Order: sequence, then C-alpha cells, then structure tokens
Amino acid sequence: MNKVLLGLLLGAILGAIDGMTAWFTPEARAEIAGIVIGSTIKGIIAGILIGVFARKVHSLALGIVFGLGVGLLLAFIVAQMQHGYYFQIMLPGGMVGLIVGYATQRYGRGPKLQQT
Amino acid sequence: MKSLPDRVVARLQADMQRPDLSGTRYNLLRYVACGGMGSVWLAEDTVLKRRVALKVLDLAGPADDLDVRLLREARILASLEHPGIVPVHDAGTLADGRAFCCMKYVEGQTLAQHIATLNLPDRLGLLERIAEPLDFAHARGFIHRDLKPDNVMIGAFGEVLVMDWGLAKVGVTSLEAGETEIATAAQPTQNSLRVTGQGSVLGTRGYMSPEQARGDIEVDHRTDIFSLGAILTFMLTGSAPGELPAASGSVPRPLRAICEKAMAADPNARYQSAREMTADITHYLNGEPVSAYPEGLLERSGRVFARHRTAVVLVAVYLIMRVLFILFARR
Repeated sequence: MNKVLLGLLLGAILGAIDGMTAWFTPEARAEIAGIVIGSTIKGIIAGILIGVFARKVHSLALGIVFGLGVGLLLAFIVAQMQHGYYFQIMLPGGMVGLIVGYATQRYGRGPKLQQT
Repeated sequence: MKSLPDRVVARLQADMQRPDLSGTRYNLLRYVACGGMGSVWLAEDTVLKRRVALKVLDLAGPADDLDVRLLREARILASLEHPGIVPVHDAGTLADGRAFCCMKYVEGQTLAQHIATLNLPDRLGLLERIAEPLDFAHARGFIHRDLKPDNVMIGAFGEVLVMDWGLAKVGVTSLEAGETEIATAAQPTQNSLRVTGQGSVLGTRGYMSPEQARGDIEVDHRTDIFSLGAILTFMLTGSAPGELPAASGSVPRPLRAICEKAMAADPNARYQSAREMTADITHYLNGEPVSAYPEGLLERSGRVFARHRTAVVLVAVYLIMRVLFILFARR
C-alpha cells in the first residue's frame, strides 16, 4: 500500500479508536459522536502529513520523530480548544503519530519509478 | 644397487611435476594445489602481465581420457560466462605433452574458511550467491556434479565463485531453443557420454546424491540440488553432511526442513531448481513461511510476532495506555 494511503487509513482507524475511548469518560459521553468525528479527522490529517513525509524522506528514525511531532502538535491544538485534558489528549495523540510514522516508513510502498 | 634417498626422490618427483611452459606465453611462479586430475600452478601471463592459474594434468597423453575431460571443463567454463563462475582464458597442450587449462587466479578463501566468521543471515546470503551460478548453468543444460565447500571460493572482494567443473556434464534438461547450441558447442555429446556416462561413480561422498553414488547415468540437475542442500547443512552445522548430526538442534527447524528437502533421496521430492531452494531461504530470512516446513499456529504466531515485533509492541503499548486511561477515568 502506498505511504500516503497507509498513513490516511491508519490515522483514521487509530483516531476513531482514540475518540471512541471517550465513551468511558461519563462527562464526555454525551458528545461522543462529535469527539469520534473530530478525532478521526485529526487522525486523517496526521496520517496524510506523515505519509507525505514518508514519501519524501526515507528514514525510519526521522519518520518516527516526525510522526510523534505531528501527533503531539495536532493533539495540543485539540487540547487548547478543550481548555484542558492536555495529558489525556496529547499522550495518545503523540502515540498515534508515532505508530503511523513507524508504519508508513516500515510498511508503506514508495512511488513506482517511471521509465524514461 | 644403492637406492636414492627419499629426499632426492621427492625432489625428482616435484621436478617431474613441474609443467614445461616453454613455447607458451606463461611463466611459472609457484605450485598452488593438487586436484583429482592434476595440479594447479600460479603463472604469469607474459603478454597481458597478469597472474593466472594453470591447471595441468599430471600425466601426458590420453590416460583415462583426462585430457579430454580437462578440455571439456575448459569448454564448459568458456560457455558459462557468469560472475559466479571462474572464467577460463586458454586451453591446450604443453611442450611436455600434458594438457592444460588457464583460468583466472582467484585469491581468497574456500567456503569452509570463510564461513567461520559469518553469522546465520550472512551464511544464508552466501548460499543464495552459490546457487545463482548453479541455476545459470542448469538453465544452459550443465550439471556440476561435484559441488562441495572446497569447490566454492570467496574472492578478495567478496565475490563467490563456483570452481572445478571437471566433472560437469551436459544434462537432460528442457533447454530453450537458443540455448541448445551452447550446450552442444561446449561438448560433443559422444565425448560427454564416454567421459562421464559410463556408470562410474564420480563425485565426493557426503555431497553426492544417492543416484550419482549409484552410478546412474541419467542424473539430472537435481543432483546439484542435493549437493547444495549438503553445503547448506555444512554451513549450518560445520559438519560434513550425510545426515544432519545430533548437534543440529541449534539449527532452526525451517532451515533443517530446507536441508532435508534439498537432500531427499528421491529427486522428485527435492526442490526442482536452485532458484526454488533459494526462494525458500529468502522467505526464511524475511520471516515469511517456508514451503518445506508446514508450521503450526503457535509457530506461525511466533514468526509473525518476530517479523513485526516493533509494530506489535507499539500497538500493545498504545492499547495498554488506553486501558490505563479508561481505568483512571472510572475512579
């Protein structure tokens, strides 16, 4: 699977799982749909960014660092909007970015070389 | 009558063995080794100013058809241009009547010397490189028939060379139309049968297939697959094969299965090509299932985990973290 698509799918799946765990927090249960959608979109954005990076830079270490950075940054923005829960939002967000960063570098397929 | 001292006899024998290179473009430098047919000498090509290896028969004339066989070897090598097959430069007869063959002089180590310092993946990678020239020769209808660690050299730059094609023969293979000419041009069929097709046993015990040991005339390229399996066994256990020794417990089961399949008594039960065998080795190196080894569910899980260890650990850490968050939120 190509790196961008892999990043997008993985980001969406992990983002959705991330959002669904909010169900276990009683005060957030009422807004679960919005949280899941928002978290999924966040995961998709992170996944695409990380996938594009993986296409440009072929380095497992840099891929992981970039994934972690993007995950943390997007999670920080969400936490800012929530006015709190930094730890609960940023730690899983960073972890998702790290996993997507690793997976795109390790399992994603680069673009095919064109014959001239 | 007084007999000559042993020292003098030995000296005389050594002098007699020295090939007479007068009238050739070669200067003798030193003795290198002896083989089944003759001896190998290091010489200098005075025209091209390079060092070459001269394989020279011990006896002059057509004794046991050795001169025919040496010429066959030279022709076979000449028709097999491959980076993994030692190239031949010249062949002919010396002034003393002995047949010779001039080849590239390979400075390096034998397989046995080389593998002592290698780890398992490197050893397996080496076997894949031994199989490449073999597969190439098989595709052109040639069978080596004497593949063993002593006949594999690792050059100074890490190149792998399959040596000593003296027992090689044109096999019964499905040659492609364009390749038939190469096989026949290298060796007249009648000579091939006369030299190597008399039902005599040629090869090296332990590395020789059962059908070759029986002296079957109709051995095909799968006899080399057996030898390749024997070489793999040697590379994994350090022992000359025949059967896997008791010390082979440390050899991973899939690799043992590959050895056993390659060395099956029935040629039909073996890998049908060197490429097929190396494909299994590549699968093993990549953590993929090996065709020779049907694995159980537990083994498959272990292999998949080993192959994707980092990914599995990352996801597990993520899930554990999530569970901890949920438990923490419920308090």
